[in-house]
Amino acid sequence: MKRLLLLGDEAIAQAALDAGMSGMYAYPGTPSTEIMEYVQSSAEAGQRNVHRKWSSNEKTAMEAALGMSYAGKRAMVAMKHVGLNVAADAFINSAMTGVNGGLIVVSADDPSMHSSQNEQDSRFYAKFAMVPCFEPSNQQEAYEMVFDAFEASEKYRLPVLIRITTRLAHSRASVSLKEALPERERSIPSDPLQFVLLPAIARKKYKALLTSYESLKYDLRISKYNTFKDGIKRDLGIIACGIAYNYLMENIGDSQVDFPVLKIAAYPFPKDLIKDITERCNEILILEEGAPLVEEALRGILDNGIKIFGRLDETVPRDGELNPAIVAKAIGLPVSFGSEVPALVKMRPPSFCKGCGHADMFDSLIEAIKEYGPGRVFSDIGCYTLGALPPYSAINSCVDMGASVTMAIGAADAGLFPAVAVIGDSTFTHSGLTGLLDAVVKNSSVTIIISDNSTTGMTGGQESQATGRIEQICKGIGVSAEHLKVIVPLRKNHEENIRIMKEEFEYRGVSVIIASRECIQTASAKRKSAASGN
Amino acid sequence: MKNDIILSGVGGQGILSIAAAIGLAAVANDLFLKQSEVHGMSQRGGDVQSHLRLSDKPVHSDLIPYGKADLIISVEPMESLRYLPWLSKDGWLVTNSAPFINIPEYPPVEEILKEIRKIKNHIIIDADVIARESGSIRSGNMVILGAASPFINMSFASLEDAIRKLFGRKGEEVVEANLKALKAGRELSGK
Ligand SMILES: Cc1ncc(C[n+]2csc(CCOP(=O)(O)OP(=O)(O)O)c2C)c(N)n1
Repeated sequence: MKRLLLLGDEAIAQAALDAGMSGMYAYPGTPSTEIMEYVQSSAEAGQRNVHRKWSSNEKTAMEAALGMSYAGKRAMVAMKHVGLNVAADAFINSAMTGVNGGLIVVSADDPSMHSSQNEQDSRFYAKFAMVPCFEPSNQQEAYEMVFDAFEASEKYRLPVLIRITTRLAHSRASVSLKEALPERERSIPSDPLQFVLLPAIARKKYKALLTSYESLKYDLRISKYNTFKDGIKRDLGIIACGIAYNYLMENIGDSQVDFPVLKIAAYPFPKDLIKDITERCNEILILEEGAPLVEEALRGILDNGIKIFGRLDETVPRDGELNPAIVAKAIGLPVSFGSEVPALVKMRPPSFCKGCGHADMFDSLIEAIKEYGPGRVFSDIGCYTLGALPPYSAINSCVDMGASVTMAIGAADAGLFPAVAVIGDSTFTHSGLTGLLDAVVKNSSVTIIISDNSTTGMTGGQESQATGRIEQICKGIGVSAEHLKVIVPLRKNHEENIRIMKEEFEYRGVSVIIASRECIQTASAKRKSAASGN
Repeated sequence: MKNDIILSGVGGQGILSIAAAIGLAAVANDLFLKQSEVHGMSQRGGDVQSHLRLSDKPVHSDLIPYGKADLIISVEPMESLRYLPWLSKDGWLVTNSAPFINIPEYPPVEEILKEIRKIKNHIIIDADVIARESGSIRSGNMVILGAASPFINMSFASLEDAIRKLFGRKGEEVVEANLKALKAGRELSGK
């Protein structure tokens, strides 16, 4: 049997390849990025010509994957949790249309927000859409679930969500591989109206979806991942979901404490098993990585049933990632501790790389906007968001991909002058284009600075769909040539760049300034690989 | 047998190649392994850590519990102190003494070393100097790994094999430089 040392992300990618996936679709986002990157670097994917190009955003990725499923082939789409918000329209409606070839949606959550704006729990989306959800606790399980997820997807004709979190995504372990399956033949859906969600058709399909959701929990492909192990204790039973199960086993695995334990790793909830453990035990502790989804369901609105401990009563902290110590405390075991961090140890926040073009752009922007007063720069998500930190303190917002442009429009509508947006090139093609069109159509008084480093830097330097196209895109959308400026953010151009910025701030209409200089990380990686001859 | 190791440093210093070397050796020794890494935001010059867990039994948690690490391997002195809550009472701390200064309020190096010396089991080495002496300034990582190797429950030879595998694609010269650095580190901590 072949074994590989794989990240959780990579285990999912390898499994999808082994299960005969024909197309992988994604937009980068920590902690999901390595799924696509693994497929892209796989020799086998190359030989089979598995689709493996980045999409412009999560919605386009989701829809393209649905299209491949329509054509009868197995497809997977991967994103970080907030990406599922962007793809939500397509995702929710794909449960209504159903699928043809198996379709897996991987959403990687980031509890404790190591690299994210929030810690939303993707399991809610699965419930909302009424599709099966797998929540692997380790790399091997993640690998195996992909096979079951594709099968379940094809059996129930539903997309299936696999929800992972940062720890699993970015932790490596040995995974043993299964025998590889061939790719599916192309076929179109037998019902020509399957994907046509006209109200009359949608109403029928919704009834069918409601029925199939009820039957999912009896399916072995799902139910086998929910397991109950009885213990001798009767005072406390423990329900542990996904990766929380590991922290529990870390604490009780080798000891004599013998709690009944229900592990949940697939949804909809295993109602019978939950009923069983609540009947055996006087009290229940619920351990979940993320939001108290199972806990809320168990408590109900009145919360007057069996005694329950979890995040809602703060037996477990209400927010943030779990760890072995939190779980030890929750089950009343002693928590070990090394020694305190000495006071002299200072925080080391992420910062701009030495020589980064974003930094030079901000140097000029700070000078140019100074005379107007603070609070006028809307920004976005990427390396350039580091401009929020001292010594720059140059931006006033970072909300969701693309919001810099549209928030600047709204603030300009309210009379804020100047209203400036700072957005990266990849973020611009992800979700900035439509906002720019709004601005052009309304002739908003905004200055949009596209800080173009020709890569998707924050997530590790993936290709950017924008590279070489930004000027043309802006012209095509209708930005006037006089107010479309290209500058090079370098120290030597500082004065000139300040002048251009000031001029465009003063223009009462749409200006776009493209501050263009390649990311020094990708530039040096290119130089290195050229030097070594590949 | 259980060996819980924390690797620490600053984004871009390459702690992941130390992790990869230990990981390869663990697989060759048929050990169970979990290794959690930091990707994303903090790779931009922020503090980074990796939890590496080796055992002859299945490993549950991807994270090492507080107070249970047998070893901290750090390529940067201030970063070595950040993970003391994880270090067990008898654990070892092996660190580079050369600071990576990218924040304005970086404390005086002497004060940092003073704190490190308070730890019962510690080894401080100037990996950059030793790497240069052994002929490859870029293999400071492997000097540190060599210095930490007596506290890793695997044979030195299996670490050497892992380095051959890890750097094999880059040619014999790179392999030799890294092996030399590994040995130099090992000799130092033997003293
Ligand atoms: C909806 C959504 N998808 C993905 C991400 C992850 N993400 C954060 S920043 C970023 C890259 C932005 O690239 P770019 O705009 O070119 O800026 P750079 O980092 O290169 O400066 C990505 C993909 C996110 N935060 N939200």
